[in-house]
Amino acid sequence: MFDKVVEIVRDQLGVDADVVITKETSLMKDLEADSLDAVEIIMAFEDEFDVEIPDEDAENFNNIGDIVAYMESKK
Amino acid sequence: MNFNGKTVIVTGGSRGIGRAIALDFAKAGANVVVNYNRSADKAEEVVKEVEALGTKGLAVQCDVSKQDDVDKLLKEAVDTFGTVDFLINNAGVTKDTLILRMKEDDWDRVLDTNLKGTFMTTKVIGKYMLKKRQGRIVNITSVVGIMGNAGQSNYAASKAGVIGFTKSVAKEFASRGITVNAVAPGFIASDMTDVLSDEVKEAYAKAIPLGKMGEPEDVANAVKFLCSDMSKYITGQVVQVDGGMLM
Repeated sequence: MFDKVVEIVRDQLGVDADVVITKETSLMKDLEADSLDAVEIIMAFEDEFDVEIPDEDAENFNNIGDIVAYMESKK
Repeated sequence: MNFNGKTVIVTGGSRGIGRAIALDFAKAGANVVVNYNRSADKAEEVVKEVEALGTKGLAVQCDVSKQDDVDKLLKEAVDTFGTVDFLINNAGVTKDTLILRMKEDDWDRVLDTNLKGTFMTTKVIGKYMLKKRQGRIVNITSVVGIMGNAGQSNYAASKAGVIGFTKSVAKEFASRGITVNAVAPGFIASDMTDVLSDEVKEAYAKAIPLGKMGEPEDVANAVKFLCSDMSKYITGQVVQVDGGMLM
């Protein structure tokens, strides 16, 4: 799950392979995603994992680890 | 202006101002997706006219207020031409009557096509443009959306809504280089105004500083400008094409 999430984030944000992404990495602070990037990433997760992610849930995503945990809870 | 290799989607492209926009973009070299809801024959005619100008055309039936239809519109456009560069939200209907006589259905149908339709196509095709980091959106509104008009409270509300929508989405999409503008025609000779009596038309013409009704091509020229590189620093604006009718 972690690898898949990171792959989507890299793809959406165009993050180079040499930039290390860990569970503690923040989309906004570390990867400089803006609000539109965040929406596009959430929509990419929805498509990939076939789930609906309400805005209220997405607001609680502070870092990659939060996203991985959320996706695993939806499996 | 040169739109060779570009693709434009014109909603409501089978008649009136939409048809003029479709043909004007074809003259500039663009491939044209002519969206229509019910006028299949007229849409096919426009496609033939487009192709006579040396580019490619495609007629696609779609109710712009339905997400599934709009998904199909985008898919057919991309499958056929490989890209969508410009979206012209032109589809519009009127159901004129004084508010006391206006039925709920008159309100809903006008708002559904004119405002919800603009939302739906912008959401679906805008998402595609965001991914490409490139695109232009032009929404056709009306001076009536700014000044109001007796007998058109539904239409005027929908067109005022399109203006607020245009400005909001312009702010949302600006960081990705996608511009969103509106063109507000005044009194333009088209199917929509043909139904008016000569007396009404003359009365309108008197109130226009340039002294006459506009042509659909006048509107198409403004739309073309807003899709060209000449307007790359313009977003969130409403360009009135009205002969000075409203200042």
